[in-house]
Amino acid sequence: MKAAVVVFPGSNCDRDLAVALKAVGADVTMVWHKDTALPEGLDFVGVPGGFSFGDYLRCGAIAAQSPICRSVVEFANRGGYVFGVCNGFQILTETGLLPGALLRNAGLKYICRTVPLTVQTTDSAFTSGYAKGQEIQIPIAHHDGNYTADAETVARLQGEDRVAFTYGDNPNGSTADIAGILSENRRVLGMMPHPERAADAGHGGTDGAALFRSLFDQMAMA
Amino acid sequence: MKARVHVMLKTGVLDPQGEAVRHALGTLGFEGVQGVRQGKVIELDLAETDPAAAEASVKEMCEKLLANTVIESYSVELV
Repeated sequence: MKAAVVVFPGSNCDRDLAVALKAVGADVTMVWHKDTALPEGLDFVGVPGGFSFGDYLRCGAIAAQSPICRSVVEFANRGGYVFGVCNGFQILTETGLLPGALLRNAGLKYICRTVPLTVQTTDSAFTSGYAKGQEIQIPIAHHDGNYTADAETVARLQGEDRVAFTYGDNPNGSTADIAGILSENRRVLGMMPHPERAADAGHGGTDGAALFRSLFDQMAMA
Repeated sequence: MKARVHVMLKTGVLDPQGEAVRHALGTLGFEGVQGVRQGKVIELDLAETDPAAAEASVKEMCEKLLANTVIESYSVELV
């Protein structure tokens, strides 16, 4: 699997994501936000967590307009696999690749702790390594993770089995407990929790590792 | 020419920050504040001198970057 991880000024989970991808055997290239093109022959692009451009204007808004993001959108539109974590999820909603938006947490506080998630669908390269309904423990670390979308969009996401993960205890006020969603072609996943921070025994939990492993297996089969 | 852009969360989108401000005002003894919505004001200094062209251009900026129309509404004022 040939993967790229995008790095913006203010990204801080780029290396974590790269390490988690390398751990399952992926060949990972880091790509700078000013680059205009992604490497040739890519299978996967990771958009990492952090505080790109200081969260100025809105979280992810400025990153979404960066030169590399235009290439990421084209890559996704050609059927490429894209994964946005935390700030990466915010960026993907700002590009329009995923519907909805992430608002300030309902309790107004930055929350950094491990939370229970429920795997809602196994029908994607990202989630096929889990069981439907499985509860997993994944850390969150965000101030703006309150997923919001109009009722019609939420109903469509649920109806098309595109809600990948829900929170067990909804820490941030997200609509319908949504923690992560898939694109229409199921190849773009955005989620606020950090599976790359639960991918090694040294992290204190490994429930995130199955996501990277199943992704790699899917690419190897393709 | 200057333009002033007001960006507000759309009606119906919960504004937890506005709600916290409302609560703090109540604590300070300001009674009867039934709702607070918090938004942004963005001032732009433009080279454009034609008001219609300036307004059209700023609206495009709002659609593309200054506002996220999924959750926010905007208004443009030329000053």
